[in-house]
Amino acid sequence: MSQDVPAVEAVNLVKSFGGVRALQGASLAAAAGEVHALVGENGAGKSTVIKALGGRVQPDGGEIRIGGRQVRLPAPPTAHALGAWTVFQELTLLPGMTVAENLLLAREPRTRLGLVDRRRLAANAESVLAGLGVHHIDPRALVEDIPLAERQMVEIVRAISHDPRILFLDEPTSSLVEREVVWLFGQIRRLRAKGACIVFTSHRWNEIRSIADRITVFRGGRDVGCFTELSEEDAVTLMTGQRVETFFPPLPAAPRAADHRPALEVRNLAAPRLRPVSFAVAPGEVLGIGGLAGHGHRELFLALFGAGRATGGQVLLDGKPVRLRNPREAERAGIALVPEDRKSEGLLLPMSVRDNLSLALLRRLSRAGLLRRGLERQMAGGEVQRLKVRTASLAAPVGTLSGGNQQKVLLGRWLLTDPRVLLLYDVTRGVDVATKHEIFELMMRLAGEGRAILFYSSDAEELAHLGHRVLVMREGRMAAELRAPGITAEHVVSAAVRDAA
Amino acid sequence: MPPDAVASSRRSRVAHALAQNVGLELAIAMLVLSVAIYCAIYYAAQGLLPGGFELTTTVNNTMPLVLAAVAQTLVVLTRGIDLSVGGVIDLTNAIAAIGLGDSLAQMVAVSVAVLMVGAACGLLNGVLVAYGRLQPILVTLATLSIFQGVAIRVLPQPGGQVAEGYTAALANPSGPVSLLYAVLLALIWWGLRRTRLGIGIYAIGNDESAAEAHGIDARRTKILAYMLGGTFSAAAGLFLAANATAGDATTGNGYTLTSIVAVVLGGVSLFGGRGSAVGAMLGAFITTMIVNILFFAQIDPLYQAFYEGLFLVGAVLLAGGIGRLVRRS
Ligand SMILES: Nc1ncnc2c1ncn2[C@@H]1O[C@H](COP(=O)(O)OP(=O)(O)OP(=O)(O)O)[C@@H](O)[C@H]1O
Ligand SMILES: [Mg+2]
Repeated sequence: MSQDVPAVEAVNLVKSFGGVRALQGASLAAAAGEVHALVGENGAGKSTVIKALGGRVQPDGGEIRIGGRQVRLPAPPTAHALGAWTVFQELTLLPGMTVAENLLLAREPRTRLGLVDRRRLAANAESVLAGLGVHHIDPRALVEDIPLAERQMVEIVRAISHDPRILFLDEPTSSLVEREVVWLFGQIRRLRAKGACIVFTSHRWNEIRSIADRITVFRGGRDVGCFTELSEEDAVTLMTGQRVETFFPPLPAAPRAADHRPALEVRNLAAPRLRPVSFAVAPGEVLGIGGLAGHGHRELFLALFGAGRATGGQVLLDGKPVRLRNPREAERAGIALVPEDRKSEGLLLPMSVRDNLSLALLRRLSRAGLLRRGLERQMAGGEVQRLKVRTASLAAPVGTLSGGNQQKVLLGRWLLTDPRVLLLYDVTRGVDVATKHEIFELMMRLAGEGRAILFYSSDAEELAHLGHRVLVMREGRMAAELRAPGITAEHVVSAAVRDAA
Repeated sequence: MPPDAVASSRRSRVAHALAQNVGLELAIAMLVLSVAIYCAIYYAAQGLLPGGFELTTTVNNTMPLVLAAVAQTLVVLTRGIDLSVGGVIDLTNAIAAIGLGDSLAQMVAVSVAVLMVGAACGLLNGVLVAYGRLQPILVTLATLSIFQGVAIRVLPQPGGQVAEGYTAALANPSGPVSLLYAVLLALIWWGLRRTRLGIGIYAIGNDESAAEAHGIDARRTKILAYMLGGTFSAAAGLFLAANATAGDATTGNGYTLTSIVAVVLGGVSLFGGRGSAVGAMLGAFITTMIVNILFFAQIDPLYQAFYEGLFLVGAVLLAGGIGRLVRRS
């Protein structure tokens, strides 16, 4: 095949969902042996293009070409038959089934009688995983029982294991930590060397810089340019149509621990996978928590929010011990948690943006048991504006928003509760650069108001720049404490992986 | 690279099986418990333990519910619900009562025909759900009435006659041989779980659009699940006729509800995609034991439904609580 024919091409795709015009003449061309990044603001139409190319969405107009030939993709299997595999932004794993069943769905090993051989199923899945260098995922575990990062890896492994000629990855790194991203990029390079075409989206510029051969920028449902060299600043300008800050905002002056009683103090808090940990956060302090997936930070956050089971220890708010047996108690005490998996832990996807925003506030928004709709609309509307949520209306179901905009709604819900202690669990996951900056500024403003902020991020860069201190967890305990200024991403990563010996 | 923290928490195959089948294990525990209570109450009332006769009648009386529970499971796993189970049992029970006859050939032929009628009923449900894009609860509520109406036309008055040989084959009154059918059913389920259809049923119950994204034909799978369900409901109708030695176009009605009860007790999630028909079969036996217990405890039959309901709520709460505990650890 000629070198000039793109491996995959979208030409002037148009797609509307009800009244929302997701794509209005979007084009994209990616070549074999190339890693092609697709960037754009939340809601720019990246996922919609990828869904169209993967056969999950039917465009209203335009053309799709694979290997130069025009194709129609009524369903994903048609794309699969053409060698095109997709990791969708919202994962397509079956939660109540095992990792092995998911990995080998519709291609299970059979016995001579033609029945699925469950023993070999697990063994084959194990070797598929191991063949791609993944050793820590248990093929017999149910998908709903493994952490989000592992789920994301399973989804990626499933696509790669088909040896795709074209691979679409829609925000594959959003829930991965540094080491897993390194693994993924290794796989991408290997596929590229074999002549595959890889199209991926990400909101992390350092990832794009390190692996993309070319970059297509999307804005408002269409492409606004394709580049081989592009600075982050220029990209953001193209994405938003205006100049936007992309630096990390300055940290407000660190509160002096001696001046204050800690807003949050944790003494010997223990939970499954969490050895007893102790630390304190002063009012106005931003404390970052780092570490690899599965090393206890998730359990720590859940325990502090009353959503996980603490097996021992004490939590003090402003010096007073509090009981956190369930999220309601935590919320009343003034703790808010913005969780990791917006789909299963946070949002009610079929309900409206307004209802989702007011969910944590219902008590405060009601008078005599009746919800004051006007006040609700006013508060929700204000929050939508503050966070620049892109939605057709306050009444639109949250499930129809783009991934990043869903994340903003979730954040907005908790900000509305005016919490004393804010637990942020990877809140910038899937959020575009411009909004990320806004969220960072918001975090600093909230800290400046005297709130205590405890935040976990899978992005070491964020931890390095946004925390007065960073505690790095390893194997369920605090392995290192880093103090600003002078923290670098490398410090955070090396503290997370350093051998315990 | 550090030693992997997660790898060390990897469980053995057995540990996984235990943790992932909590519903089934609870069903076993509930069955053992209810049998024990039953024996105790029986002993208190009669001065001796229940024997072979009680076992035989229990098995024969429960088999139709066992089959209905399997039928219900198939549909519930796809994230649907089949309210027409009772209607299909009515209809097939009525046809069996007037059609079975005395010769072996006729019995076999009519039995097969009855199963096909059940499959056709399921096909109707499945097509309406898959292509009509209608809610399963609405579709099967409508077809329930339709099947009941047809059943009354087929057998306006209770009656008909089922040959002794047929009763001996399906609901033998002299020994608990029908337990073999239950074992056979469990084996069938074991196999079904390992076919493309079985996997498809679980997959669409978990997440229909995700399953479709990986090449599972959701419509076809749904239709086949309803058809297979209809066939098992028809088998329930046959067993019912054999046990009663006659037909009645209304005795099936109660099976719609009791099959759902059995499914829930058996640990099958009404949200689809989780659980097993074997659990539902145990759930059917638990349901019978509860009725037996209430009988020997001399509960006024008028209040029987009340206590059954109470027990069901308790069991579901317990199952949910224990399930969550196991999950967390
Ligand atoms: N099923 C749907 N129903 C209604 N609107 C939709 C649907 N899917 C997408 N949209 C809308 O289409 C637009 C584009 O969404 P898309 O998911 O493609 O954005 P994106 O570029 O992937 O954003 P993100 O970076 O946040 O993932 C958004 O405004 C979104 O609200
Ligand atoms: Mg997207």
